Amino acid sequence: MRTKKILSGNEAIAEAVRQVDPDVMAAYPITPSTKIVETIAQFVADGLLSGEFVCPESEHSAMSVCIGAAAAGGRVMTATASQGLALMWEMLYIAAALRLPIVAAIANRALSAPINIHGDHSDMMGARDSGWIQIYSENCQEAYDNFIQAFRIAEHPEVATPVMVGLDGFIISHSMEPVWVEDDAAVKEFLGEYQPHYSLLDTSRQITIGSLDFTDYYFEHKRSQLAGIEKAPQVILEVGREFGQKFGRTYGFFEEYRLEDAEVAIIVLSSAAGTGKEAVDRLREEGLPVGLLKLRVFRPFPFKELAEVLKDKKAVAVLDRCVTPGAETAPVATEVKAALFAYEKRPFVVNYVYGLGGRDIKIEHFQEVARKLMEIAETNRVEQPFGYLNLRE
Amino acid sequence: MKKESWRELPIGGLNVHPGNSVSNLTGTWRSGKRPEFIPENCIQCLFCWLYCPHLAIQVKDGEVVGINYDYCTGCGLCAEECPAKKKAIVMVKEEIALQEGGGQ
Repeated sequence: MRTKKILSGNEAIAEAVRQVDPDVMAAYPITPSTKIVETIAQFVADGLLSGEFVCPESEHSAMSVCIGAAAAGGRVMTATASQGLALMWEMLYIAAALRLPIVAAIANRALSAPINIHGDHSDMMGARDSGWIQIYSENCQEAYDNFIQAFRIAEHPEVATPVMVGLDGFIISHSMEPVWVEDDAAVKEFLGEYQPHYSLLDTSRQITIGSLDFTDYYFEHKRSQLAGIEKAPQVILEVGREFGQKFGRTYGFFEEYRLEDAEVAIIVLSSAAGTGKEAVDRLREEGLPVGLLKLRVFRPFPFKELAEVLKDKKAVAVLDRCVTPGAETAPVATEVKAALFAYEKRPFVVNYVYGLGGRDIKIEHFQEVARKLMEIAETNRVEQPFGYLNLRE
Repeated sequence: MKKESWRELPIGGLNVHPGNSVSNLTGTWRSGKRPEFIPENCIQCLFCWLYCPHLAIQVKDGEVVGINYDYCTGCGLCAEECPAKKKAIVMVKEEIALQEGGGQ
């Protein structure tokens, strides 16, 4: 039976793990994702999980365990954040290139230095070219829903690509909200049986993984890896629809909020979208034609779909919770600009960096952005293409 | 040998042909010097066979009989490790070895 529970984002992920019951869970606890690992450990101790729970000595080893277990044909998960994800770095690329459908929960947190435990997207954005699919969650319910769907997406035979699910550190990982926890059997049925492409334990089919490539094969192998993430958009939509049919909450690449008739638009990921929607409501009351687009899937980036809904707007502001040093566009803005560049008629795009190290973003900041967008739309001029929100100048 | 297009390759860069490294003729990397085996100096300790990174030391019935230049990269480990008072393996300049008609 489905039940509504009061859960933090971390606990919501742990509930999803309990229902998925992976073969192997390997993780090294790190703030703000610790509670995921802690709760899984409790579930194991209570006999609620049948899989193997491994506590290695570092995140690098945790991802290595995941890779080994997945290469043995197992359904595998991990959880980490910030420096932990950074320490997994080289193994992330290997997991993706070996086409292992590992699922990772990332409680998004700023990267050192200075050391900071609060939420921003620097950790996952740093892994944007690792070959993993990236899905971001607005709230605890989405964290739970995305994490379950992630297994279906990753394990789809034509995708066979690892997925990381982001939930904003503390803002979502530690905030308690009512969350629908679906029926255990219904979740199991939704997941289905996992059929791995290969298993190191299958002695009838001897294979070598990760062997040496020279100049004559590396390029072809890299290209063949991309076939998985290229198939992902279709599968993400199918899984999001099926999830909606079964559980009542449908998911796509992004969510449009009062966007259709908007003249200017704000793009944002994750928890800030909640604040953004409230800001849009208030701005609409003032008569400003503002809409919001909450991006859910960052990798693969929905270039065409996003451009289709934005191309007729007058001005777009992309809010990034991450900064790209030395570039006047942060990661999301870079992709949005690239998506729109093929169109002859396209909106002006400006980029704001906000919320680094967990700095608040409030309704007034969205209002500030919306007013700037209206100014751009009226004057057809961009004075400042890049800026910061809620930063002491 | 025709090389596959990326579409024809097994998923994940899997190597599905166990033992296929025999088709990789590492001897093509060799330049400069090559080892030459001098049977009369050999004490059959098999050190060269043990140390050779490319399994290029040919052994028959437990005795070293020669060097397989298809796989020898000319690294010189065998000559270095040979403990015989009079070395049973010496490194010779490739062009001199070829002039003398040795090997291939």
